[in-house]
Amino acid sequence: MPLEIDDVARMAQLARIRISDDEASRTLAQLNDIFAMIEQMRAVDTEGIEPMNHPLGGHQRLREDLVTEHDRREAAMRNAPEHQDGLFLVPRVIE
Amino acid sequence: MSVDGSTGLARASVAELARLLAAKEVSAVDLATLFLGRIDAHRDLNAFLDVRPEATLAQARDADRRRAAGETGPLLGVPLAHKDIFVTRDWASTAASRMLKGYMSPFDATVVEQLAAAGMVCLGKVNCDEFAMGSSNENSAYGPVLNPWDKGAVPGGSSGGSSAAVAARIAPVATATDTGGSIREPAAFTGITGTKPTYGRPSRWGMIAFASSLDTAGLMTVSAEDAAIVLSAMMGFDPRDSTSVDRPPEDCTRDLQRPVKGLRIGVPKEFFGPGLSPDVEQSVRAALDVYRGLGAELVEISLPNAALGIPVYYVVAPAECSSNLSRFDGVRYGHRASEYRDLEDMISRSRAEGLGPEPKRRILIGTYVLSHGYYDAYYLKAQQVRRLIADEFRRAFETCDVIAGPVTSTVAFGFGEKAADPVSMYLADLYTVPGSLAGIPSMSIPCGFGDKGRPVGLQLMADYFQEARMLGAAHQYQLATDWHRQVPAGF
Repeated sequence: MPLEIDDVARMAQLARIRISDDEASRTLAQLNDIFAMIEQMRAVDTEGIEPMNHPLGGHQRLREDLVTEHDRREAAMRNAPEHQDGLFLVPRVIE
Repeated sequence: MSVDGSTGLARASVAELARLLAAKEVSAVDLATLFLGRIDAHRDLNAFLDVRPEATLAQARDADRRRAAGETGPLLGVPLAHKDIFVTRDWASTAASRMLKGYMSPFDATVVEQLAAAGMVCLGKVNCDEFAMGSSNENSAYGPVLNPWDKGAVPGGSSGGSSAAVAARIAPVATATDTGGSIREPAAFTGITGTKPTYGRPSRWGMIAFASSLDTAGLMTVSAEDAAIVLSAMMGFDPRDSTSVDRPPEDCTRDLQRPVKGLRIGVPKEFFGPGLSPDVEQSVRAALDVYRGLGAELVEISLPNAALGIPVYYVVAPAECSSNLSRFDGVRYGHRASEYRDLEDMISRSRAEGLGPEPKRRILIGTYVLSHGYYDAYYLKAQQVRRLIADEFRRAFETCDVIAGPVTSTVAFGFGEKAADPVSMYLADLYTVPGSLAGIPSMSIPCGFGDKGRPVGLQLMADYFQEARMLGAAHQYQLATDWHRQVPAGF
């Protein structure tokens, strides 16, 4: 079931990637090639097969809910595009 | 071995460097200076993205002080390069993306920490495909790396900087990462030894995440013996990585001297189908004959679902990538667009400008397969077929100890040959993706030269946690052959 140009636009919107019409139509052709290749997999009978989400199985390990990190605010802020008084700055969201 | 002059020293193995350092015939500073000079002399390869001689020499002086204070150890003072997927405090960490240009990590990755603790000296960060997505290194935002054997050929990817650096002997060792073949394919294309251990054994903490259920740290080295020595320092449980395997570290060198007489080598018949180039097949079959001559037993095995590895991989990996790369929003770190209307526009423009075409493509695929109404048909289905593939390996290892076959269907291809057609590029990983999906250890060792004199790799795979056995089998082959000792002309 080939994708339409609207699907690409919708995915780009969901993924928060601005995409031009030109780029979207080029991407559409490539994505359809890729999904045609993926189709092979969908024909396999997997009735009753447990999905594998981790090569070694097992459960998600949880740690104790304790404060373990040192305060590294300054080091963490060093790469921020814009910051002030230890806060990350973004465009105004609430008027 | 006698090491004459600086060229000989540059070609020495880790084991040889360790002996020279222990005998105080060379210092860590001597080695760091030698390799920094070689990196500078071969800048045209574009293998390195960040070199800071002062930081390297500081580590080398520290290694020399540690030795003077009585410390010993096989890695103390041995230089290495880190793939730019591992974050480092003292060198920029960009994942070869414009998104992370100039990013300075507040911490070192666990693997970086472990190898520094063992005394290794970092030469800098090496190039790769952007966010480790690619098979040719053409997806780096900082330009492709050249293959030292033939500058018109790709060095493989995604760990193309790692493979080229070791092949050119401008670094004796480089870390690398493998998600679907990103260690083995470039190792095969550049005639070196590339090792991917069991998923979950080296820590993923501080590896810039691509597909978390597949990403595995590993190594590019000159030999299997070197891989065994260095890998032994990269193991062990890490509570900071939620999928780290809780097993004690182990000595990966323990099976190096074990003869392969009686070793059962499984040869998957599906890996020798019509897609395999005759030149690659010839070298791989000759390597199997070497094993037979050493007393190993060849057993035909079948992995009928392995061919589904690529379609499964291109659902699972993009799904996980779309989730992992959502962190790049231009707020806390990374590229921020200079003009925007509001917060959402800022994020969308920052991601559009900061990410290259391949990560974008994979994010879109991943977004699609995880979206409402498609999750079961794609992501769940892929995870089910993934289990079928892993089960086939389990069954195969009931009849053999290691599996051997080609790494790639052809030798290294030329720049631009596959860049316009993503599916043909994806198929470069046909023989490596199944082992990644299963999470088993696997490696590539050089086994000859094919068309245009470009190197051919032999792939070895072993059952979970059997990397020592696999490395032993590789070392025995390297004792009987000298393909791994070949160095490209001009290096």
